[in-house]
Amino acid sequence: MAKNLIPLNQLPIGSFGKVKRLTAEGISRRRMLDLGLIFNTTVESLRKSPAGDPIAYEIRGAVIALRSEEASKIYVEVI
Amino acid sequence: MGLTNQSTGTGALKEMFEVELESPDDLVIALAGNPNTGKSTVFNSLTGLNQHTGNWPGKTVTNAQGKYIHRNNRYILVDLPGTYSLLANSVEEEVARDFICFGNPHATVVVTDATCLERNLNLVLQILEITDKVVVCVNLLDEAKRKKIDVNLKKLSKLLGVPVVGTAARNGEGLKELKETVEKLINGEIKTNPVKIDYDEVLEKAIETVEPHISNLVGQQINSKWASLRLIDGDDSLNQSMDEYLKFDFSNDEMLNQKLQAAHDLLAAENNGVEDLRDLIVSSIVKKAEAISKEVVSLENKNYNQLDRKIDRVLTSKIFGLPIMIGLLGIVFWLTIAGANVPSAMLANGLFWIEGHLTVFFSWLGTPQWVHDILVLGIYRTLAWVVSVMLPPMAIFFPLFTLLEDLGYLPRVAFNLDYYFKKACAHGKQALTMCMGFGCNAAGIIACRIIDSPRERLIAIITNNFVPCNGRFPTLIALATIFIASAAGAFSSIAATLSILAAIILGVFITLLISRLLSKTILKGLPSSFTLELPPYRKPQVGKIIVRSILDRTLFVLGRAVAVAAPAGLVIWLMANITIGNASILTHSANFLDPFAQLLGMDGYIMMAFILGLPANEIVVPILIMSYMAKGSMLELDSLEEMRQLFVNNGWTWLTAVCMMLFSLNHWPCGTTLWTIRKETQSWKWTWISFILPTVTGIVVCFVVAQGAKLLGLV
Repeated sequence: MAKNLIPLNQLPIGSFGKVKRLTAEGISRRRMLDLGLIFNTTVESLRKSPAGDPIAYEIRGAVIALRSEEASKIYVEVI
Repeated sequence: MGLTNQSTGTGALKEMFEVELESPDDLVIALAGNPNTGKSTVFNSLTGLNQHTGNWPGKTVTNAQGKYIHRNNRYILVDLPGTYSLLANSVEEEVARDFICFGNPHATVVVTDATCLERNLNLVLQILEITDKVVVCVNLLDEAKRKKIDVNLKKLSKLLGVPVVGTAARNGEGLKELKETVEKLINGEIKTNPVKIDYDEVLEKAIETVEPHISNLVGQQINSKWASLRLIDGDDSLNQSMDEYLKFDFSNDEMLNQKLQAAHDLLAAENNGVEDLRDLIVSSIVKKAEAISKEVVSLENKNYNQLDRKIDRVLTSKIFGLPIMIGLLGIVFWLTIAGANVPSAMLANGLFWIEGHLTVFFSWLGTPQWVHDILVLGIYRTLAWVVSVMLPPMAIFFPLFTLLEDLGYLPRVAFNLDYYFKKACAHGKQALTMCMGFGCNAAGIIACRIIDSPRERLIAIITNNFVPCNGRFPTLIALATIFIASAAGAFSSIAATLSILAAIILGVFITLLISRLLSKTILKGLPSSFTLELPPYRKPQVGKIIVRSILDRTLFVLGRAVAVAAPAGLVIWLMANITIGNASILTHSANFLDPFAQLLGMDGYIMMAFILGLPANEIVVPILIMSYMAKGSMLELDSLEEMRQLFVNNGWTWLTAVCMMLFSLNHWPCGTTLWTIRKETQSWKWTWISFILPTVTGIVVCFVVAQGAKLLGLV
């Protein structure tokens, strides 16, 4: 199953991914979970900021911007 | 009434949470909710002007309280910090949790956003684990309706097991019902039976191992199942809070430690480490929220947020994002500059007309001349200057700024600028606090509370002063208009706007530079994790914006300026009027400062004006004019051309104006800002650094510019 996993920040704009694994730890991980980024949550990559980072994602009906440092610790399966 | 048994905690409420009760019969309501749900609108609509704000004891988190009367009962509404969760990831979450858990409110109202219910339910479910005295308020129903999102409130209430009230707080809809429901909940007419989270079997077993013992220890004071779960999760902050509020020190309870160990062994046997456990707990809650949301929310239009996305595509686009941002800022400043001229002049005329009458009044009283001079020419005239120069720009700027805030534009600014702040090793939300600084640096520094990481918060606080506040805009505007725009003829207000924009962009650039410098030296560290919500755009309520921004910001800042300007007026008048030898103290001081000031492209009087302007930046130009006129009190000059002539007669060139603008942008923060920094950082060291850093920056910048221009023979 792990074969198609990519970090969230590499998910192309406009496409969807399913969260499969978080490699963040501690408070950062908690924050992600609190945003609803649990196993199998669908995330849409919405758009990049003018400088390319952070990127805005749609997570459970809310639009959340994540820096690449955080997003790279969220592994998704492209759907 | 059956309620007073809780009143035994009244003293504790006051002491630990600073809740002000007028009588033991007052009913305490906690108001919780995610950020951006219109929680403060609910709070404002319920309490009107009967509110006051302070800090939670020992925390730099705002504690707002207000009261309302409903059917002869007085309700004290405590506005908890807006949080997404109560798992104590931040001070805000800790404060909110502790109040709900240990403050024993008679009821907790959780405000949720109807357009984003699923995520809001996360917090609702967490609160329901702690207490059953909950009313859920589904707010922003008007926005939901506009987006064709339907929330089945009855079903939601049934699923959650607590009353649910739908509101559109901005229009006052549903608030009466909210009050009724809260009353019925408190007097027992409504019984609740909160939904339980379905935890994993092994987790439930682990909880069972610990719960009976906790129940023995704390009795009915807090929900023992919830406490067990938190302790199994290793939530140390809860331990501390229990010790603080209930005087239970769990860490030394042998029996409990054994039970916890047993629970952990049980979990470990099923391959659940610490991180897995947390995932398990949070996942259970998120899944429950998802399930409930699925049952009660129906989208008539799946693409309800298309408009928001289209707007975002323009406002945060690669090409237009930054130019639009600068353009919007430019429009705000242009409106402020162009719009403030006429009312400023009218106010000045009015206030100086009153001055004339005050003079007549004093001579009628027969007071000695010096009494009149001190009171009228010293104090009153300074006040008149400050009010007439400051009030109109603020009354235009603050509502415009609040409008952008209300529309939901500011998070987009943070989104656009975050990359640069990250490069400076600073927090993305610093872009927001910086924007607040345009209004007032003291307000910007208080806003830095939204940054959790102490390191990044300090950076944001120290660098806030690098963007010009409302008190410094008049200086910038006056100088830009006189020396830069005078050549531009018909386009003078545009030329002035452009040069002020340039000053602002320079300020932002210096902010980033100094932030990075701090991150590499005394505040070493990496940027902390950052998540920024881009909430849906909302239709602003213009009327309310004007009222609130004038009440909350304009009058507040003005009141403060008046309070410092009055004594400053006295000091300045004395300095200008007491002569030693053949010159006033002011002139002596200016002469002393002159050689140093000349190095920076200015003169001693300008430097003296900045020093005397410490109480409030807005009086710098008036002081300067007064010193030049050497008449001993501030004057109203009839036209800008006269003002220009006065400056030129005192040896000014364009370089003097530029250097003074630069120094105005980069010098010590005003007295109020310093005082605010001291309060927010609880440290003289950081206050001192906040003083010295911009000052040194200003000296360096002015020196380079002045000497460079002279070397190049530009002057």
